[in-house]
Amino acid sequence: MRIKGEAAIAGLGVTPMGKIYGRSASEFAVEAIALALDDAGLEKKDVDGLLINANTAPDMNPMLQMTLGLENLAVLNVLNAFGSTAGTMLFYAAAAIEAGLANVIALVYADAPLVPARSASAAYSGRGAPALSPMWGLKAAYGEFGANCGYALAARRHMHEFGTTSEQLGAIAVAQRKWAMMNPWAQMRRPLTLEEHQSSRYIAEPLHLFDCCLVSNGGVAVIVTSAERARSLKQPPVYILGIGQGSPGDNQRHEREPGLYTGARQSGEQALRMAGVELEDIDIRELYDCYTYTVLVTLEDYGYCPKGEGGAFVADGKLGPGGSLPTNTGGGQLSAYYMWGFTPLSEGVVQARGQGGERQVPKNDLVLVSGNGGILNYHSTTILSKHPS
Amino acid sequence: MTLLSKDADPATYNKPIPVPDEATRPFFEGAKRHELMLQRCTACGIAMWPVKPRCIKCFSGEVEWAPASGRGTLYTFTLVHQVFDPGFADEIPHNVSVVELEEGVRFTTNIVGCSNTDLRIGMPLEVTFEEITDEISLPKFKPSR
Repeated sequence: MRIKGEAAIAGLGVTPMGKIYGRSASEFAVEAIALALDDAGLEKKDVDGLLINANTAPDMNPMLQMTLGLENLAVLNVLNAFGSTAGTMLFYAAAAIEAGLANVIALVYADAPLVPARSASAAYSGRGAPALSPMWGLKAAYGEFGANCGYALAARRHMHEFGTTSEQLGAIAVAQRKWAMMNPWAQMRRPLTLEEHQSSRYIAEPLHLFDCCLVSNGGVAVIVTSAERARSLKQPPVYILGIGQGSPGDNQRHEREPGLYTGARQSGEQALRMAGVELEDIDIRELYDCYTYTVLVTLEDYGYCPKGEGGAFVADGKLGPGGSLPTNTGGGQLSAYYMWGFTPLSEGVVQARGQGGERQVPKNDLVLVSGNGGILNYHSTTILSKHPS
Repeated sequence: MTLLSKDADPATYNKPIPVPDEATRPFFEGAKRHELMLQRCTACGIAMWPVKPRCIKCFSGEVEWAPASGRGTLYTFTLVHQVFDPGFADEIPHNVSVVELEEGVRFTTNIVGCSNTDLRIGMPLEVTFEEITDEISLPKFKPSR
């Protein structure tokens, strides 16, 4: 089966993001799919496949089909590879279309973890979540909650091994904020200086507040269909040229350093090979950025610079507007919105179409989108293009 | 292996307390005796943590529990400033640390017996036990003498 160029993203829906209260994840999911169908020029009755990104929301399950009123679906699943899921969903959608199982597949992520009068940091951590199994209970007993500690531990080790500094991580946050200021969908559109990054409070040293992603209520959906059908629809098709996945494993033993060497290497090589392009050919990068450190280590593992040199590599601001390596051009999860892998995917679609407005990168032939989950344990890569090959 | 000078007062201890199950009982029973217990594969000999049903290297089902030396070095650490749980509010910032044990296992824990500002990656450490309840003791680590 051939994947390259056979399927395309024909519709994109992004709901309002952030502190939007009183709506469930499934309500955001329905709105995102409605927006994506309208964007594509399709109707609900055209949809014969639904892929749902599992997350911590209880209603992101197969019953979403009934909430949407979808009938006679030929493809239905809830997928979960944590933050790397979006790329895997594109693979299953493209394969299902190429195999003739379905014609129009809706892919959706939605969440509503923010509630009034509770801090954003409590949304994905604290004593209630996850349930205190003995192993997780032991983590909690030592005061390790949520993902913040895991990424802080990895970043500290990188600093120790390679001399990476907090200011270098800050350069990533500053560059992305500049992009976000040009993104009408972004939650954070006030300027951010390196000094403000440095003086922002610590969440878990060495990570400051502005090293950490936002938390968002909202939903994103994309519509995947055949390349041929996409060409007859409203929007310029965004073709899926290459997909890769890489999960190195973590046995918590000394043989491996999963916080320093991620699945991005294996995943990126696979995606580029399928697309038949080189890393140097990529015009725009939309990298999963749950933390600034995630961007740094992902750039290293894709091969943009030698292992350990990511800090010096990003410090000159080359990821920002006008830089030599435009990256996270909508502001990413750090400054726009946190929808797991659908944050980089949504901006990748915007840029590949050439619809980025003020923030559009002029040369947009090839866009690389990454996903990352766990504590740097699960990685996916997608190569998107306005060209079918 | 020594006891912390100031043991937890069950009346005021407000941090989460783990509840052992069948799979983890040997670990917690060992901690109660002040022994750091790890799983060990009897076929290939590697030590494992956290608890696994089979050997993660050779996949043998012959896995036993054995006491670790309790010695290791600091692999990495973070100082947590955000209050994620009220039980830690009085100790902010508190460290969450990963110790690389002599057995090759990385064990997430807290370093005690020194200031957070004295933490250095690579520093030699040894296990100590904090008695939380009659049944639960937590292995923690302190600088080696």
